Amino acid sequence: MREVVIAGVGQIAVREHWETSLRDLAYQSIKKAVSDAGTDSVDALYIGNMLAGELSGQEHLGALISDYCGFDGIEAVRIEAAAASGGAALRQGAMSVACGLNDCVVVTGVEQMTDVLQDKVTAGLSLALDTEYELASGISLAALFAILTRRYVHEGCCSPEDLALFCVNAQKNAVGNDYAMFRREITVDTIMRSPMAADPIHVLECPPVCDGSASVVLLPAEKADLEAPVKITGSAVATGTIGVNNRPDPLVFESVRDSTEKALRMAGKTREDVDFYELHDLFPVVAALSLEASGFAKKGEGALMARNGDIALEGKIPITTMGGCKARGNPVGACGIYQAAEAVLQLRQQAGKNQLPCEVGMIQCMGGTAATTITHILEV
Amino acid sequence: MYGGNCCHNNNSHIGGVNLEISRNWRLRNQRYRLVGTECGCGHRSFPPRRICPTCRENPQNPVQFSGTGTVYSYSTLYEAPEGFEQFIPYTVALIDLDEGPMISAQLTDVDPEDVAIGMRVEMVTRKLKEQGESGLIVYGYKFRPIVGCYP
Repeated sequence: MREVVIAGVGQIAVREHWETSLRDLAYQSIKKAVSDAGTDSVDALYIGNMLAGELSGQEHLGALISDYCGFDGIEAVRIEAAAASGGAALRQGAMSVACGLNDCVVVTGVEQMTDVLQDKVTAGLSLALDTEYELASGISLAALFAILTRRYVHEGCCSPEDLALFCVNAQKNAVGNDYAMFRREITVDTIMRSPMAADPIHVLECPPVCDGSASVVLLPAEKADLEAPVKITGSAVATGTIGVNNRPDPLVFESVRDSTEKALRMAGKTREDVDFYELHDLFPVVAALSLEASGFAKKGEGALMARNGDIALEGKIPITTMGGCKARGNPVGACGIYQAAEAVLQLRQQAGKNQLPCEVGMIQCMGGTAATTITHILEV
Repeated sequence: MYGGNCCHNNNSHIGGVNLEISRNWRLRNQRYRLVGTECGCGHRSFPPRRICPTCRENPQNPVQFSGTGTVYSYSTLYEAPEGFEQFIPYTVALIDLDEGPMISAQLTDVDPEDVAIGMRVEMVTRKLKEQGESGLIVYGYKFRPIVGCYP
């Protein structure tokens, strides 16, 4: 297999982009990434997207976006794995470069969610669940994570205020990220006084519904003329049961554990080597349980890392360093590519006020209630 | 927000949520009778499975669960997916069935503030939703506190 590098990244600011179409969102980030990579010939385009069919009535994004970008005739397909679609597309792109089928691959994540009303978005996001057994009972994605949140607190793992600290940290980090949606600090008190979305999850603990697109350009290392290229050295997908109710312990995200271990093994790294961890902080409990399942915290102690400041930029294992889902925003299928772009900026020492001393980053996105988790290790 | 404020429902179609009549009919044994599967090794599953998650054996035999269980955890929703607005606020739960499997379902016949982890509940048949302009009514299982266990 050939070594794969990320030669270019492009992001557009996560916002409510009412003036911009789905294809144009993708075009804008692709243009930036291709320009950043300084390449002029693209062999393939992989698109991470979850909801275009449901919310925009548009499938067949491969042809739609490659046509609009002027990539006449190239291989172009959309990859779907719910909110892990971006990570899935990144993996497909990396595999196609690694095996030698393609040289220059663009991987784009794009999602447009704000054209439709909230109840449609809630229903659309819940399509990541088991439609016949969960959604048919009126159970939403937020509901299941709220159920896990209540149980996590019930088991004495932390207080609700500890969980809110994940949001405080995310929004603090987003202040330094021009592409983030919520670029202002927030307090635990403000969060706890906001209304309930799905009890005990408050509205201000939810990521915003938003539009966005991010892209990366992948090349084989041998053809990348870069001084210190960011390499993809680990890539792994793991799945768990589609229903969180069918796991021995719903508070253990086995797919997070498995994909983390596989990705680290592939990269020849240990947890101690990882300088930052872009996890999928869909809700605070997801961040806490991800820290536990990935081995950075013992079981039941994930939220303590927020209380102790371990997750801050200057902490032991910084997470959501550019705002994460909570504050950068979570344009669902694009999330994995935003994570990749942000990690590349960190590793290139281009992360501005949020810059960490770092050489190895771990990025991780999750579909449904951790039914799919995709982890990548990036390093310089 | 992901929980989001639902506004109104003027469009009855959303592909993944409204299940066609045939699809609801296929689920009749699960919706009305709580039929899951039991493996020779003793592992029981709901929903039914073809392959046992414990021993990977096949086949799995149908088994009807009694419908009694204990609330593992719950959440009361103030914002709902399209099609469930009429029930807001409603409470959903993960329930440990007495025979083993855990099931996700709505709770009914109980005020949200009276629900607690550990509460004993039983399955009942209730209206899950009314679908679309044709008004197809979908029935299925919900769970209510077992009489005498209501605080």
